[in-house]
Amino acid sequence: MDTFIQQLINGLTLGAVYAMVALGYTMVYGIIQLINFAHGEVVMIGAMVAFSVIGALVGADTGLSAPIIVLAGGVVAVPLCIAVACTMERVAYRPLRAAPRLAPLITAIGISIILQHLAMMLWSRNPLAFPQILDNRVFHFGAATVTSVQLAIWTVATLMMAALSILVYRTRLGIAMRATSQNPLVAGLMGIDINRVILATFALGAALAAIAGVMVGTYYGIAHYTMGSLLGLKAFCAAVLGGIGNIPGAMLGGLLLGLVEALGAGYIGDLTNNWFGSNYQDVFAFIVLILVLVFRPSGLLGERVADRT
Amino acid sequence: MTAALLELQRLEVSYGGIRAVKGIDLTVADGEMVCLIGANGAGKTSALKAIAGLLPVARDSVRFAGEPIGGRPAFELVRRGLALVPEGRGVFSQLSVDENLAMGAYSRRDRAGVRADHERVLALFPRLKERHRQLAGTLSGGEQQMLAIGRALLSKPRLLLLDEPSMGLAPRVVARIFEVIGEIARQGVTVLVVEQNARLALETCNKGYVMESGLITLFGDARALLGNDAVRKAYLGE
Repeated sequence: MDTFIQQLINGLTLGAVYAMVALGYTMVYGIIQLINFAHGEVVMIGAMVAFSVIGALVGADTGLSAPIIVLAGGVVAVPLCIAVACTMERVAYRPLRAAPRLAPLITAIGISIILQHLAMMLWSRNPLAFPQILDNRVFHFGAATVTSVQLAIWTVATLMMAALSILVYRTRLGIAMRATSQNPLVAGLMGIDINRVILATFALGAALAAIAGVMVGTYYGIAHYTMGSLLGLKAFCAAVLGGIGNIPGAMLGGLLLGLVEALGAGYIGDLTNNWFGSNYQDVFAFIVLILVLVFRPSGLLGERVADRT
Repeated sequence: MTAALLELQRLEVSYGGIRAVKGIDLTVADGEMVCLIGANGAGKTSALKAIAGLLPVARDSVRFAGEPIGGRPAFELVRRGLALVPEGRGVFSQLSVDENLAMGAYSRRDRAGVRADHERVLALFPRLKERHRQLAGTLSGGEQQMLAIGRALLSKPRLLLLDEPSMGLAPRVVARIFEVIGEIARQGVTVLVVEQNARLALETCNKGYVMESGLITLFGDARALLGNDAVRKAYLGE
């Protein structure tokens, strides 16, 4: 039972991060039907930038408190990640908008490789250790524990997702995003400049990705130029699990995937008589992906209301 | 003679390698209600799409309120006062009726005016008022057409373009739609409607153009066209 609660706590943390990243995949897919495989790299850049900012502030001995320093990392990472994502949309994806779907998809993989290697050149080919500045207070529930970093991740993720929901479902920009995703041609007839709406979508996804990057960096204490690819793929699995293109689906899919992964890693040893260990953790996301694609390709929430024409 | 609000001069439209419109002249004066009739594939829809900025055309071939607008993107033309109700209605089926109407007013900044017009549209179409929170995709075809027209009105257009508003609707509903279009015109909005139902279009409008394989073959007073032998034979089934 203690393992269960502990893995539940870990899974929720992981899931919050997956959900934030999955939202970027699903929003971009919803609006231009592109799986932006370079999205994971935006997360990585967020973590790298946060690493540099936090390192610099710690090194400068500013006397700022640890949470403020981490916050500063996020404040710098968000606009930089937005700039990266908007640049890739403008330079790489927009010219290919009318091209067959395979062309932007391959381009996305190319962008992903370019960004990884740029990051390797700018930062390091080795894993970078975050300065351990947050005093990681531990709260006990029986034998299970919750750290203050985990609590912070839950809080920030919840706030961000609530803010995103309000934006998408209540504001003029949000309605325009949903209108554009349904019918870009008619959206233009409404006076919506769809290029701007698409850029805004990339920017929103990148902002969430940047914050997710800061979270992962501070949670695991490490950043590496390849960290975005596996994380990105898993978040993509989460988006498919929830129903690609569906915003609440990405949130649900992310959380579920985090739980599946944590519980799977926690119990796989017991269940297989230690044939498999928790190092098989990464397998679960892809098992989930395959199961969803076979049994429910539209995802959990991906069912569309029948349209009358 | 009042000034021309919309003027087409030798408008040519190519579409997927086919010259769908082969150089037409057409004028809609301020306050007029004009229809463009013709058989399927005559190029009516292509002409309308070109006016609304959905198909590329030469700059000077379309003039709106005196200015050349050919080839400008659709979203810009809406701000100038040109609204198109597309063929097949094009409502956002996953958005509510209210949200669809809000999108119609996307380019406007006068919040109070938008709210008043929103109420006016709901009053014009009581069916929409009953269903204002429903998803547009759950409406009947006629209700969707009303929503598409109401949505276009919310942009406060000077010129309303309608593409086949009768398509796929029951005769009773079609009659109601044309009643409303007439009402809109009487309230001062200039209207250009493309329609296959030639009789209804000519009975509602004051001027008509007949299009045949990419060219205008006849135009004039709608009543005169209703009495024209060629029109009666080809389009009114007499």
